[in-house]
Amino acid sequence: MKLTVNGKELTIEKSINLKDLLVVAKAEQPDYVTVELNGEFVDHSGFESTFVKDGDKVEFLYFMGGGAR
Amino acid sequence: MIIHLKLADYLAMVQHARKTAPVEDCGLIGGRIDEATGEKFVEKVFFLTNTDHSEEHFSLDPKEQFAAVKELRAQGLELLGNWHSHPASPSRPSEEDKRLAYDSRASYFILSLNGGEPVLNSFHIEKRTDVSKEDLRIR
Repeated sequence: MKLTVNGKELTIEKSINLKDLLVVAKAEQPDYVTVELNGEFVDHSGFESTFVKDGDKVEFLYFMGGGAR
Repeated sequence: MIIHLKLADYLAMVQHARKTAPVEDCGLIGGRIDEATGEKFVEKVFFLTNTDHSEEHFSLDPKEQFAAVKELRAQGLELLGNWHSHPASPSRPSEEDKRLAYDSRASYFILSLNGGEPVLNSFHIEKRTDVSKEDLRIR
């Protein structure tokens, strides 16, 4: 099946959940990314239970923050 | 690593950060990477919401981040990193900045307003601990 991940096409053999997809997509820190699936936010608690399907568009980005101290 | 920033973008960041102070200002930087040299060229600076609304912390709004990344992609550009201000401390990564630096490919701009003239530096942060200063060239 074909997905679009961060704007690039990605082909996988079978449906996998978002947690595994982040590993396939080589996210450096999968626990600290925010995911959008077909334009909708997916909460971290749903990463294991949400499976991608053919044609899905997945965006992920890293939490970005910091502080002065 | 060399990273280029336009003077107009630098001045816009300073102006925006001064208006936002004492709250920390923040945003994203996008542009292109020269495949041959690895040099980064900042073509776009985004001014995003600090969802912490704090003088000592910042968090970028994920919704705004996604919108910015999509805008960059539509223009054939890519995300190069982020920036934030230190209204009352030097231009160097704090312990929290390092701890929250999850993307080792990103450039982290820190704009200090501490004292007189603003100071902007760019940093590479590896493994959320190892900091090296990048060669930021403003023109």
